[in-house]
Amino acid sequence: MAGKEVLTGVHFMDGDEACCEGAIAAGCRFFAGYPITPATEVAERMSRRLPQIGGIFIQMEDEIASMAAILGASWGGAKAMTSTSGPGFSLMMENIGLGVCTETPCVVANVQRAGPSTGLPTLVGQGDMMQARWGSHGPYEIIALTPSSPQEMFDFTVKAFNLSEQYRVPVFVMADEVVGHMSERVVIPPAERIKVVSRKQPKASPDKYLPYKPDADGVAPMATWGMGYHVHVTGLTHDERGYPVMDASAQEQMIARITGKIKKNAAKIISYDAMFMDDAQVVVVAYGISARSAKGAVAAARAQGQKVGLMKLNTVWPFPEEVIADLAGRVRGLIMPEINQGQVVLELERVAGGRCPVKFIGHPGGTIISPRVILAAAQEMLKEAL
Amino acid sequence: MSAKTAGGAAAAHPPVHPQDHLLRTDRLPHIWCTGCGIGIVFGSLMSAVMKSGLPLNDVAVVSGIGCTGRMAGYIKLDSYHTTHGRALPFATGLKLTRPQGKVIVASGDGDLFAIGGNHFIHAARRNLDLTVICVNNLNYGMTGGQQAPSTPFGAKTTTSPSGSPDQPFNFCALAAACGATYVARWTALHIRLLTQTIGEALAHRGFSFIEILAPCPTAFGRRNKIRNPLDLLRFYYDRSVVKNKISPDQAVMDFQGNLVVGKFVDVAKPTWLDGYRQVNSGQVGEWPEVAAEVPIPEKHLLGA
Amino acid sequence: MKFWRKPLDLAAVRPARGRVVIIEERCKGCSFCIEYCSREVLALSESFNRKGYHFPKAIKPELCVNCHFCEAVCPEFAIFSVEEEAQA
Repeated sequence: MAGKEVLTGVHFMDGDEACCEGAIAAGCRFFAGYPITPATEVAERMSRRLPQIGGIFIQMEDEIASMAAILGASWGGAKAMTSTSGPGFSLMMENIGLGVCTETPCVVANVQRAGPSTGLPTLVGQGDMMQARWGSHGPYEIIALTPSSPQEMFDFTVKAFNLSEQYRVPVFVMADEVVGHMSERVVIPPAERIKVVSRKQPKASPDKYLPYKPDADGVAPMATWGMGYHVHVTGLTHDERGYPVMDASAQEQMIARITGKIKKNAAKIISYDAMFMDDAQVVVVAYGISARSAKGAVAAARAQGQKVGLMKLNTVWPFPEEVIADLAGRVRGLIMPEINQGQVVLELERVAGGRCPVKFIGHPGGTIISPRVILAAAQEMLKEAL
Repeated sequence: MSAKTAGGAAAAHPPVHPQDHLLRTDRLPHIWCTGCGIGIVFGSLMSAVMKSGLPLNDVAVVSGIGCTGRMAGYIKLDSYHTTHGRALPFATGLKLTRPQGKVIVASGDGDLFAIGGNHFIHAARRNLDLTVICVNNLNYGMTGGQQAPSTPFGAKTTTSPSGSPDQPFNFCALAAACGATYVARWTALHIRLLTQTIGEALAHRGFSFIEILAPCPTAFGRRNKIRNPLDLLRFYYDRSVVKNKISPDQAVMDFQGNLVVGKFVDVAKPTWLDGYRQVNSGQVGEWPEVAAEVPIPEKHLLGA
Repeated sequence: MKFWRKPLDLAAVRPARGRVVIIEERCKGCSFCIEYCSREVLALSESFNRKGYHFPKAIKPELCVNCHFCEAVCPEFAIFSVEEEAQA
């Protein structure tokens, strides 16, 4: 089957398909999922592709089972993923918490549609962003990437696996219906030019190994089933041995570990693209498909000589606090377009801390945000600022 | 040597129990109450694992939530204590990525059949190569004794104070109907038979299911007139009648009469992975592949 | 034709002898082992362990035949038997 793992070349494919190719290029060999619009095409392509390369595709009975199965597969030693949309993402939340608590690498692609509930299954939304951050109960940190094109669906899915393996945490690819369904040019590089990261394995002997004792980077090496380490893995609060311990100090230590490894490495995890930023007076901060709209708006403003910049967030979680705080002190205002009633903008406002005005542009879903609306808001803000 | 001297020696050199090498002894004594049947089943499972000769690095235990779910925390193997009801899908992922290994799912009746019921029927339907040990204690023990999908009609629990209005499942019949290829039931006192059956289930290729009726004196017995552990253990055993190879839907548990135990199903069928490999290697023709000699029934005769 | 014979070595073969070992601190006093010992080797001790449970003691240790049933029925991994060397 050599040569089928990485489909090097130039393709015309949609975002859902590019997501699959990114996953496979990153080493994903297990997919468990359940059909849901607009993420079904991910499962469909995986069901064709994985058997070609010796992987496992299994269609589960629901999204709860899908999420549990990929955690199991990860402890079996595989790189594993599932894909879904809003209703399925809601069902996955409890086992996402198990993944966080047991520090299990895995990737969940959420091709967002408009909610709540069944909502608009075939139409775009960005309403799951806060759910991605806080959806499972209890304190934790998470990583969420926000692709805005089929090419980024490929690139960011590779990256999602790498981050997940490196930091032992479930990573979300927070796409949306438009990114998932639009077809564009996707360039898949040769395998040797794709950076692939795999989880650290223990070097200590089984009698010395502590499954949840982190290295200097805050992440513990992972001993999966069959390596002879006989590790106990539990969603109960546990100590470095992995044993359940029911008290406040064990809880504090465990939470410090699972949040600390993300916070401590936030600067390495966070990714954004700054465009037209040098002399920008007003900056549009955007992610996903809304960043595409924003790019159009900013280009139009620049064509008219207006000093508008774009900060395109490639990772929304962890939120780029330092960069935004610094930016807020240097510009006259920030604008965030989102296809929801205002979610990530709350974080933007919190981090801006009143150093500059923050304006939200949004609607609850069903269509993308027009570049014209963003442009008008930017021009308005430039006027107010003068 | 008397027990007294053995006990006296314990202070300096604690005696080593023959199963200690499979136990996380630093976590003992375990959390299960006096007279709980889970410990007996757990011991039986460990005996069967040792007798199976399976390489211990290739055996994994997956549990859900509840009293039986704590088994994973006491066995010194790769062991996974997952979320409530989700042991089977977790085990599905674990098994399919390392098909050479053996995955044992040990969980309770509430975990496997109430919150996890949907996963159970589909795991059995797929004939995944998993061994499922279900300790049935007739209620939710961990939360203090609420009604479960196994609670007999009329039995008292904290959420059925006047008696349970529900009819219980027959787990063995359900498992068999869903496609399980090995199905057995014992009480916790049928220890030798249970150990032998678990051994067979571990050697079986496909979805094997063993239900064990076990005493929960603390939460269930106490509210149902049998609070003494020994009486409850004996109550189940004395009423049991062994009927091997009986159709599982006939294997009823009638607490006013007899509790049918035995080995009900043991058949060989392709596993999910067999099917996956078969279809993906192009060995399966187009569907429907109807043999030419199959007669097509004449509709007017059927309707007559 | 075969006849059922009286074993010639009946005098030479002695039933297995076992020694019962109790890990007192693991016991929770369910008394399953006492009830199901076919040789009635065990009885409940009057003393109790750190958790306050009465554990079993061997009152007729010489009767143990090393059948391991106490070991199998104990939910606590608190009792087992080992083969006792035949005494000279």
